[in-house]
Amino acid sequence: MIELDNVAYSYSGAAILSGVSLQLAPGSFHFLTGPSGSGKTTFLKLCYGALRPTEGQVSIFGEDLAAMDRDAVAMARRRIGVVHQDCQFLDHLPVAENVALPLTVSGQASPDQADNLRELMTWVGLTEKFEALPPELSGGERQRAALARALILSPDVILADEPTGNVDWEMSQRLLRLLVELNRMGKTVMIATHDLMLIRAAKSVVNARNLRIAGGSLQAAGADL
Amino acid sequence: MTVLDRIKTLAARDAGADRVVPPAGFTVRLTLFTAAAMAFLTVFALALSLAAGRLATSWGEDLARASTIRISAPEGQLAAQTAAVLRVLDQTPGVASARAMTAEEQRALLEPWFGPDLPIESLPMPQLVELQESGDGYDADGLRLRLQAEAPGAVLDEHSRWRRPLVAAAGRLRLLGWTAILLIGAATGAMVTLAAHAALAANAQVIAVLRLVGATDGYIAGAFVRRFALRTLVGAAAGTAIGLLALLVVPAGGDTGGILTGLRFAGLQWLWPLLVPPLAAVVAFFATELAARRVLGELA
Repeated sequence: MIELDNVAYSYSGAAILSGVSLQLAPGSFHFLTGPSGSGKTTFLKLCYGALRPTEGQVSIFGEDLAAMDRDAVAMARRRIGVVHQDCQFLDHLPVAENVALPLTVSGQASPDQADNLRELMTWVGLTEKFEALPPELSGGERQRAALARALILSPDVILADEPTGNVDWEMSQRLLRLLVELNRMGKTVMIATHDLMLIRAAKSVVNARNLRIAGGSLQAAGADL
Repeated sequence: MTVLDRIKTLAARDAGADRVVPPAGFTVRLTLFTAAAMAFLTVFALALSLAAGRLATSWGEDLARASTIRISAPEGQLAAQTAAVLRVLDQTPGVASARAMTAEEQRALLEPWFGPDLPIESLPMPQLVELQESGDGYDADGLRLRLQAEAPGAVLDEHSRWRRPLVAAAGRLRLLGWTAILLIGAATGAMVTLAAHAALAANAQVIAVLRLVGATDGYIAGAFVRRFALRTLVGAAAGTAIGLLALLVVPAGGDTGGILTGLRFAGLQWLWPLLVPPLAAVVAFFATELAARRVLGELA
């Protein structure tokens, strides 16, 4: 799905990541941990083409990122659901329209999608917030709305950056169950988090690989997390 | 994708695309106002150009087609010289018709200066011969030489000699008008570019969200382009309407019209200002498209 081959990324001369190699196989489930500021977000951005590596090669769905133009990257993003740590929305549109935004921009918006949207909103527990504007949502609600938005196009890969950062334990369990269920449906999932409790809770329900970023490089972390 | 296809997709774009860019109050009003003001000015520049063009044409054509020959001769020879002049004119290629003015016509010409009771018969009046040109006109120098030989008292008076600088001035005025229209168009483009840049900068978060969920640059640019083109179209339509109303209020000069009183459109020329709003929209379309592509190209 997504392959990184000896990738390095540096910003104004300072190396943030170096020598990163990873293959995200279809249907795999990864946790990505590491201290704050270690480069987890940078790593995810490299995976969905928001950043281009300064060294090495990233390929997305078998295509070399270096050879992809901006439109090709846009097309690839329709197959990658991204949940950001600080979820951003179009603040002037109601939540339902924000969740349906990927459909709108890809020209797939149609009345038959209404049921789909309602089901998804129920799944993330936002039925009551259909007409609310994003600034009216709590932190947890924003993250659930962002997850719903990331899922509406039924992407092949889901990249989530601290998806449980702003929610309570119960809600984080629920979000985890959603992601595990999606993984069982064949989606590739990668969750960046420093919530070790979440990773431990996942151990019993999914066969996840744990990765750790420290000192600018990516290592496989054992089950001892 | 050709420009035409782009315009077609823009026109067919669903309402969803327009909604992704938040409605902004201030720049909307500024764009509308500037487009209206520019269109208003364009209507006047257009009227000036077309009126000057009409004047240049009519002065150049109508008046240059008529010339006068003045025959001053001693009493006894006047009739003979007049006959000689008419004979010469009859044989000159390029002269459609020539006729000696009657005493009544000559009196009418002098009436404004000397009053109606002038005993014209008792004065040594020169005889006037009016001639109309045909086709490409006659050879003035050749005619003058022949007249000198056959009727020494005849003087050819070509109106075009004093008219020529006026025709040139009218032509220059027309050129000036078109230059003004071009400048107004360029200024409209510059204004829309600035407004589009401001809108794109103000909506950086919107653009980031759209990119994240897989919107292409074309889609994002389209949302902005469509909005600015429509605003400019509406503003320019209003400005054109006001400009036309203002022109209607300017009193028509009628037959005695000069460049000032003739500052309006004639006949089918009233259709010209209708082109102003769509042309302004096209200018806005390209200005926004270029601005959006440039700004988006610089983003991650």
